[in-house]
Amino acid sequence: MNRKTTRYHLLAVGAASSLVLGACGGSGSDADAGDGDSASGGGKDITLTVATFNEFGYEELVKEYMDLNPGIKVEHVKADTADNARAALRNSLGANSGAADIEAIEVDWVTEFKQYPDKFADLSDPEVEGRWIDWKTEAVTLEDGKLIGYGTDIGPEAVCYRADLFEAAGLPTDREEVAELLGDTWEDYFAVGREFIKNSDAAWYDSAGALWQGMINQVDYAYEDADGNVVATTNPEVRSLYDQVLKASVDDELSAGLGQWSADWTSSFQEDEFATMLCPGWMLGVISGNAEGVEGWDVANTFPGGGGNWGGSYLTVPAQGKNIEEATKLAAWLTAPEQQIKAFEAKGTFPSQVEALSSETLLTSTNPFFNDAPTGQIFADRAEAVTMQPHKGPKYFEINSAMNDAITRVDVDGTDDADSSWAKFVEFVESLG
Amino acid sequence: MGAATTAPPATSAVPVPPTPHRGRRGRLARLDVTVSPYLYIAPFFVLFLVTGLFPLLYTGYVALHDWDQIMGRGEFVGLTNFVDILTGRGFWRALANTVSIFLLSSVPQIAAALLIAALLDRNLRARTFWRMGVLLPYVVAPVAVALIFNNLFADRFGLVNLLLETVGLEPVRWHSDRLASHIAIATMVNFRWTGYNALILLAAMQAIPKDLYEQAALDGANAWRSFWSVTVPMLRPTIIFVVITSTIGGLQIFDEPKMYDQYGRGGADQQWQTLTIYLYELGWTRADFGAASAVAVLLFLIIVTFGILNFLLTRRIAHDDGGRR
Repeated sequence: MNRKTTRYHLLAVGAASSLVLGACGGSGSDADAGDGDSASGGGKDITLTVATFNEFGYEELVKEYMDLNPGIKVEHVKADTADNARAALRNSLGANSGAADIEAIEVDWVTEFKQYPDKFADLSDPEVEGRWIDWKTEAVTLEDGKLIGYGTDIGPEAVCYRADLFEAAGLPTDREEVAELLGDTWEDYFAVGREFIKNSDAAWYDSAGALWQGMINQVDYAYEDADGNVVATTNPEVRSLYDQVLKASVDDELSAGLGQWSADWTSSFQEDEFATMLCPGWMLGVISGNAEGVEGWDVANTFPGGGGNWGGSYLTVPAQGKNIEEATKLAAWLTAPEQQIKAFEAKGTFPSQVEALSSETLLTSTNPFFNDAPTGQIFADRAEAVTMQPHKGPKYFEINSAMNDAITRVDVDGTDDADSSWAKFVEFVESLG
Repeated sequence: MGAATTAPPATSAVPVPPTPHRGRRGRLARLDVTVSPYLYIAPFFVLFLVTGLFPLLYTGYVALHDWDQIMGRGEFVGLTNFVDILTGRGFWRALANTVSIFLLSSVPQIAAALLIAALLDRNLRARTFWRMGVLLPYVVAPVAVALIFNNLFADRFGLVNLLLETVGLEPVRWHSDRLASHIAIATMVNFRWTGYNALILLAAMQAIPKDLYEQAALDGANAWRSFWSVTVPMLRPTIIFVVITSTIGGLQIFDEPKMYDQYGRGGADQQWQTLTIYLYELGWTRADFGAASAVAVLLFLIIVTFGILNFLLTRRIAHDDGGRR
């Protein structure tokens, strides 16, 4: 290397490294300058972001809102799965920045987010009082009357069944008669199952875990009592349901032993593995997708143990937002009965608004895959049968996951019997402290 | 590190009087030689400081506190998080699973990579095609791989079990049996990394002088013998590199066990819950960042220990140049 280039080298390297150092030093100081100056327009030009997951059916509604409100731009961001949406929201709440103006939350996360009431704006407003089914609103109302979410949809549950397998086993196939036959307690439902498997190669239902979901959602205080003490391992109701579902599933062989959502479970819809399944409204789409080409599915207007709800969501307005007032308006508009009906037509999300439940569009809708069952009417009836929402404390999610594992060990994996699996569950709950 | 001495040799007959001008030039040139390399690599280290070292130290800081994912820092609790984790059952089970999956994947993986590299080193037709081919699995997104393998290893309707039953063997319980689930996950890991490591070893093989092989052939060594006595010792540094990188990767596997079932928690009985999944459980399901950070620190120490052990072992093996003459 000759001497001339040497000097240039030194110069170049020096400059380059100072650039890198400079860039690094600078990035820290302007990290908080990235929040858009939405107020700079002086007028009413603002942008609102709405974060949802899966399918809320909002695509057309967002456009409609922008047409109605010139000066407001709405950006709709969809996460691919509910879990990713939850993780993203938790991160933004923790960092106190980065959340959308409106964040959708799933009913199962309500409890954990209720622990951080200061992170959400209060949405209570005389305007929207009485808009939703009572239990839907109660779940997101805090003790001091603060409302942290507006209900979108619910998941009232019915029983889906394979009419062809019923017929082969000598049972009635008409949906009214089947609803009659299945009765309205868990024991009735299991008794019919025991009759059914005598005359069929198929099991009665898909998995014990799926039934647990239906059973535990009918218990008012399952894992934590009203004072917030963990009673999961001492509550006799939990233990007796646990024994009941495992006896029916494993000893009486009513369960097909397919873990819900597993690859085996998904494939099983193409085989004659089981004859009935607990199904909330949104599950119909899952069944018709997995069971494509299979004929014979139908829906019975009944649910063991009374009513049951599985799933549904809310819109919340994080307190960190810049346009809380406008965001609240938009959330109120999106969850109004008229809009929810449009969302239902778009994606089948079942309304939680009282007025929407009596809408003609909803009540006359049928589902061709399920033998043209009047699904709108059936699920409206099922929603009416739901009289309560169980109380779920802050540890509900973890304890219920552990309970699902306990049931899976016996029903799907066969690595434990009911007692030894229960002992492991107790050990886990005690480790939570 | 030692800078080359620039003093003129003592035997120099004609001493050159250094002019100031020339001296400055000389100093510049010397500076160039000694300092430039450091400046060239400085950007990497500055970046590492910001994106690597700082988070590392901060994790240690979080581990000493009661720290909630959303509410942030709580009280200083000292080593309580570590004590809780080391006395619980979850950590040790996760550690056993991690080591088991790591051994089941890394050992066959490196052996297979060495073999594939040796085959690719021969005079094949369409050489480039084969060499690119082994890299294909590495390019496929892990999520897609997991989906495919999920359908292969499903207990009831999986392709692998269907094949076993056709041959008249008992189906394997790929999810409920602990060892079987480790084998299935190790297969996914190997599918992804074997070709990648084979290419690295191949690149090193191509740099081995051919006359060594000719020598060996003249001495009457067969292909197998020259592979063990020439190729492997010459590949020593590369093998050490591959072993250490696959150790670091293998102890941190996350994608494959996460996507091995529908829940991603490592099985109903934690059959395949690895340390990273355990860490994720603590931090993101239980929102306990303090405990999760403590696991991260422990994982770091475990990886360092394994890395050093590996280094020593591999050096021993690679030193042993194929036994007696």
